[in-house]
Amino acid sequence: MIDTLRLTAEEAAGLVERGEVTGAELHRAYLDAIAERDPELHAYLCTVDEPEGEGVPIALKDVISTRGVPTTAASKILEGYKPVYDATVAARCKTAGLPLLGKTNLDEFAMGSSTENSAYGPTRNPWDPSRVPGGSSGGSTAAVAAGLAPWALGSDTGGSIKQPAALCGVVGLRPTYGTVSRYGIVAFASSLDQVGPIAKTVRDCALLHRIVAGRDPLDSTTVELPEPIELPQAEDLKGLRVGVPKELNEAEGIEPGVSDAANRAIELARELGAEVGECSLPRSVEFGLPCYYLIAPSEASSNLARYDGVRYGLRVANGDVRSMYERTRDAGFGDEPKRRIMLGSYALSAGYYDAYYGQAQKVRTVIRDEHEAAFERFDVLVSPTSPTVAFELGARTANPLAMYAADLLTIPSNMAGLPGLSIPCGLSDGLPVGFQLIGRQFSENLLFRAGHALERALAFDVVPERLR
Amino acid sequence: MSWEPVIGLEIHVHLKTRTKMFCRCEVAYFDPPNTHTCPVCLAFPGALPVPNRQAVEWTILLGHALGCQIPDWAIFHRKNYFYPDNPKGYQISQYDQPLCVNGSFEVPGADGERVVGIERAHLEEDAAKTIHVGGAEGRIHGAEHSLVDFNRSGTPLVEIVTRPDIRSPEEAKAFLHLLRQTVVELGISDAEMEKGSLRFDVNVSVRPEGSDELRTRTELKNMNSFNFAAKGIEREVRRQVEIYESGGQVVQETLHFDPGNESAPPLRSKEEAQDYRYFPEPDLVPLEPAAELVDRLREELPELPSARVRRLETEVGFVLAEGLVTSGRDELYSRIPGERAAVANVVMNELAALGLEPSAVNAEELGKVIAARGEIPRSAFDEALAESASPGFSADRYLAEVAIADAGELDPVIDRILSANESQVAAYRGGKEGLFGFFVGQVMKETGGKANPKIVNERLREKLRA
Repeated sequence: MIDTLRLTAEEAAGLVERGEVTGAELHRAYLDAIAERDPELHAYLCTVDEPEGEGVPIALKDVISTRGVPTTAASKILEGYKPVYDATVAARCKTAGLPLLGKTNLDEFAMGSSTENSAYGPTRNPWDPSRVPGGSSGGSTAAVAAGLAPWALGSDTGGSIKQPAALCGVVGLRPTYGTVSRYGIVAFASSLDQVGPIAKTVRDCALLHRIVAGRDPLDSTTVELPEPIELPQAEDLKGLRVGVPKELNEAEGIEPGVSDAANRAIELARELGAEVGECSLPRSVEFGLPCYYLIAPSEASSNLARYDGVRYGLRVANGDVRSMYERTRDAGFGDEPKRRIMLGSYALSAGYYDAYYGQAQKVRTVIRDEHEAAFERFDVLVSPTSPTVAFELGARTANPLAMYAADLLTIPSNMAGLPGLSIPCGLSDGLPVGFQLIGRQFSENLLFRAGHALERALAFDVVPERLR
Repeated sequence: MSWEPVIGLEIHVHLKTRTKMFCRCEVAYFDPPNTHTCPVCLAFPGALPVPNRQAVEWTILLGHALGCQIPDWAIFHRKNYFYPDNPKGYQISQYDQPLCVNGSFEVPGADGERVVGIERAHLEEDAAKTIHVGGAEGRIHGAEHSLVDFNRSGTPLVEIVTRPDIRSPEEAKAFLHLLRQTVVELGISDAEMEKGSLRFDVNVSVRPEGSDELRTRTELKNMNSFNFAAKGIEREVRRQVEIYESGGQVVQETLHFDPGNESAPPLRSKEEAQDYRYFPEPDLVPLEPAAELVDRLREELPELPSARVRRLETEVGFVLAEGLVTSGRDELYSRIPGERAAVANVVMNELAALGLEPSAVNAEELGKVIAARGEIPRSAFDEALAESASPGFSADRYLAEVAIADAGELDPVIDRILSANESQVAAYRGGKEGLFGFFVGQVMKETGGKANPKIVNERLREKLRA
């Protein structure tokens, strides 16, 4: 009997290696779990019945192109689209022998923080199905939390791995920009998008990151990793200099229960031998979010232009080509992509470019510099991942700005291209709280070591209480 | 008041790289439609561009030939617009940080030279090809449907933008000829207008002579030959002058010429103010060409056509020099020994008409034939030229053919011809000296090409003078 709720990817790999279960049995166990629990959660958009590979199965966020398997980005405009090629990360999973379990739900084109923007219906939080799993990688994090996948890949633009990992009580890494190939990832905002692992443990994340990371000749923004990814063993944090950015820990809107849990984690870090000190990222936090909402929509407005009904996906033909574009895009895109296409087109327009997109890029440099200065004194910066625990479905759908605020704490380091790891650090009102560790560029190994030591000490039970 | 044309050119040159600009599909424009495509040039979700190193190097090489500066930092931009032949919804191009800037290109002229400023030369990708089916003449209006061939999608294209430094249609033509030849000699493009590997647009305005203002310009599109462009410019200059002289104002617009119908007025298109929302292409990192590479490419630069025109001009005069260089025949000319003007004339006229591959011509032997031109029969000369590119070609055989040089033998023939063409004789003597060639031709015809041209000339002149 395979307990998919408890089994980590590392343990699953051990079972297969020792011949205690076959890859097919493992895959079947997860499909059974999906059949049992996914009708309620809706973490998957599709599942794969006949997998390739004998290793630990994996779920992929549905922005990752999978050859012959539908890839929709949770949009109507890509309904029925089956890629003719594998994204580099999907190909690397295949090469590593990880069979595909299925494609997970997300906010349409990864635009959102609750997975409610999916054109195929929302995903629900395994800890409380009346609540959202976060987003946009909510399908992947919910699948891992509910034992519907041992591990998964998500993508993170403004916080789309870290924030739902926090809300679902699992571990998620947003890697350093440029360390994981974007080739084959349905693009949202090219200068921010990054694929990363989601799993129950830090070690599982490290294992999966090791499989997918590294330079890809098909993505010229990728670089060679300066050092190989190591499996973390550390049990203490001796000598680690931990910075606590005031603005990320005291921002308006952070729930008291979230603050308490994060502070306990900081206290624990000190007990494990870390040197904890306060620091400041004033402009990063004040300007990060507004600048993000200029840069990301600008790039999105251009990235989404290819969905025109000419070559693939939805086409609403009617009269001439202009009218085909208009009708196809009107019928194919949901409200959030439309909103961001409009925002972005405006920000890039002649006469507005310098004031909006150009200015936001300058501020981005300021944010990078501010983080760099902090890293002269500290090895990692920590804060809550999300200001709140999982909120009720529908609570923010009428108010885009409230929804955007969900990424307030993850956006600044994303804008700086830095890696961030979110680990569960406790509960608030019975719902998981995420703790974010931000590192220098290419410091994934350090984040994994720190995250692993903290995770052990925190002893958080990742299985949602209602499923135990 | 006298008016001065102000002309600028935008030239697109297809680079003949083996593969496309941002993917590794083969460049093969004339293969069956959509046989050279991939996720990148079809813009499938998630596909990413990777720049073609060869294309970047060739653009820098061209930049050197255009006297440009090569900044140590250049970037690609996205130019956003919707069209079915633009699969990503944006074209990857360059905007304010191109690979080559601030050049100047010398166009030698009969008296002096025109230095044409080069604002920039940048690298971009070409669009796919749309074919409109049904309706009138393949135009989009009225078409029943459109088909897109993506073989051309994403092929590398260099755009060269000149400053408005050109002052006449002839200069524009000379510039284009010289630029085309430069590109061909660099080996980076076929630059053939018929194949579409060289295209250009012309910006035209006029101003009072001596003024340095820049007035409203119009853009001439659809130019399919250098001659046609010169005519189009001439017509447009005249039109603008007439407008100003009748107190009107030139409107900024784009004029599409119909190459098949030179007398038809151009079609006007109201330029709707297109906003391309340019922004730096986030899928690509900046191009930072290494100084060593830029230097190496500069050293690889051969002697440029404009310099060769100047060099040959001292030997054969400007017109022949320009003709030899821009037709790519000056290398053959240089190889053939003998009196320079005679060689140049043969290369530009007889040899050009024969369409021989210049590099195959046995120059040494041909030189002997040209030197003996006056001594051997015309038929032998013509035959020798036709054979000059064949393996084993030797002058001896043709030089052995002795022409009829005996005046006693030629005079009766000449007399017969003159009396049979009395009206032409009268006309010649009345001043139409151009008829001389006619009489030579007649004599050659009568003698089956065997007459010595030199003697024929002498005898004819004497008799016509009488």
